[in-house]
Amino acid sequence: MDVNDRELALISALSGGLELCAAPYARLGLVVGMSEAEVIATLSALRERGIIRRLGVIVRHHELGYRANAMVVWDVPDHQVGEVGRRLGQCPEVTLCYRRPRRLPDWPFNLFTMVHGKDRAEVEAAIAGMAVREGVDHYPRHALFSLKRFKQCGARYSQRQAAE
Amino acid sequence: MDSIDRRLLDDYQHDLPLDPRPFAAIGRDLGIAEDEVIARLDRLRQHGTVSRVGAVVRPNVAGASTLAAMAVPVEWLERVAALVSAYPEVNHNYQRDHRLNLWFVVACADRAGVAMVLLDISRRTGLEVLDLPMLEHFHIDLGFGLQWT
Repeated sequence: MDVNDRELALISALSGGLELCAAPYARLGLVVGMSEAEVIATLSALRERGIIRRLGVIVRHHELGYRANAMVVWDVPDHQVGEVGRRLGQCPEVTLCYRRPRRLPDWPFNLFTMVHGKDRAEVEAAIAGMAVREGVDHYPRHALFSLKRFKQCGARYSQRQAAE
Repeated sequence: MDSIDRRLLDDYQHDLPLDPRPFAAIGRDLGIAEDEVIARLDRLRQHGTVSRVGAVVRPNVAGASTLAAMAVPVEWLERVAALVSAYPEVNHNYQRDHRLNLWFVVACADRAGVAMVLLDISRRTGLEVLDLPMLEHFHIDLGFGLQWT
């Protein structure tokens, strides 16, 4: 499921978003040396292969009144984490669901889910409801609510930055 | 924000038309001119409601990334957070209510670049940085259904 250099260049050029102009794919093509048709075909292929998960308007939850978000972390036995992850990843309450390594003794949690809501009480109720409904209430979990956002922007994967 | 703005935010999170004139295509859907679609999106972006019109890429396809966590003494938090945010490789940086109180995402072209940023932050702050790379993802990002009520 690799991407080639041309595709990677396109993804990198797109990381700050499309220019808001009449022909944004043509503009993007100028940056990476592709024709408009080639940009469109490449984006379409990347969408089909699931490399680009979605292409469109990316909203900020906080500015839309979703003021509360919790990173809910779970300590699930390794042999069950795949099954539990797939189950939680499908929940409407969850916007991200990843398995990550434990770092013992500091950090025993291996499954991460993001839950957004209008306020803390709404998020807490959503987490509790989901835990019972999905049969995962018995796993140790912790909800880390965000207290302050210092920075939020799209990932920029530039070669130059990595080389510095 | 009116009903047209709401449809712009709600209906185009997933499949922006792959048409040479995508905003004209959206305008045809919404019954407004291409110029107005562009002007509205630009305004929503300036307000911060829209982060960008672009792509969400599967993690670790274009380069490498990790989630990092630090336990920062409260009196240092603002300074350490500013130091972390100043890295162009850092794209999210949040204070959370836990002993590990600073959480941020580092993205680079490769894993070595990520490791270098974490090491640099650790060296400059004298604090341990937990490296929690994604091992598996379970969620297909379908955007975010907004409830307008």
